[in-house]
Amino acid sequence: MAETSTVRTVTGRTTSTPHTRVLGLVTLVGVAWLVLFGLVLSPADQNQGESVRILYLHAPAAWLAYLAFVVTAAASALFLFTKRHSLGWDRLAGASAEIGVLFMAITLVVGMLWGRLTWGVFWRWDARLTTTAFLFVTYIGYLAVRRLGGTAEQRAQRSAVLALLAVLEIPLVHFSVKLWRGLHQDATVLRPNGDVKLDNLMLFTLLSGIVTFTLMYVWLVIHRQRTLTAEDLLDDVGLELALAERRRESIPSRPPVPQAEVPITEVKVPS
Amino acid sequence: MEDAGFIVSSYVVTFGGVVLYAWYVLRRGKKATDHLPDDSKPWV
Repeated sequence: MAETSTVRTVTGRTTSTPHTRVLGLVTLVGVAWLVLFGLVLSPADQNQGESVRILYLHAPAAWLAYLAFVVTAAASALFLFTKRHSLGWDRLAGASAEIGVLFMAITLVVGMLWGRLTWGVFWRWDARLTTTAFLFVTYIGYLAVRRLGGTAEQRAQRSAVLALLAVLEIPLVHFSVKLWRGLHQDATVLRPNGDVKLDNLMLFTLLSGIVTFTLMYVWLVIHRQRTLTAEDLLDDVGLELALAERRRESIPSRPPVPQAEVPITEVKVPS
Repeated sequence: MEDAGFIVSSYVVTFGGVVLYAWYVLRRGKKATDHLPDDSKPWV
């Protein structure tokens, strides 16, 4: 009689798939491309000199943080206002917000380094800098709210409401340079009159940065969302086990069955 | 040159930060998926 195998093969031991591996490779090529153009091939600026090379990181990082926070708000709205209230939307919102916070931190740190070169100081309580810092702190708060106790549904509901309020800060940050004239320069590319005041190669490098950072975001958000899905599933398994344990404890235990007395006839001592 | 130090630092901070975060996400993902069967992973 043939022996049946009970061993189940586990193939997906990571959050990677062939598609994400290809995306990761394309992103790495994009990073190499950006470093080459950003540090070597693009020209120095007439006014800012070599320090303009920081623009190719600072502007794409800020763009990506905005994008991530808008995705967080959109996913939160889809969670709140669709009939299914799918937790998948909530996990997308959480993953996107975390990546947004990372890129907002990069925007601030890199901006400080650039500020030191162009303004002579790391930080000024300028309108753009202050509102950006406020946006960063708001989303740190959002991530903290996600870690409060409760069920996954409770987490999703309260963080979705917060995400829809927090996203309203983005227009304030973006238009702060118009509302309050300060140290920070006006938009370089997204100008209301459509006039781009940038050398062609510099503009190409900046757009390369935006594309590369967007690819990075997509790769990161896919992996982070899958991790959150796996962690939620593990939490559910843990909860089910705990409930089963409690049910088992609540059943009154039966008196122990007396064991038949077995006479000890011989004790073997191992040699 | 003072500028070069700041410029290179900005590239190191950016890509270093992203690499560290990516490593953290992959490590956490591996830890969580190790305990789950394939049929409960929507991406497999």
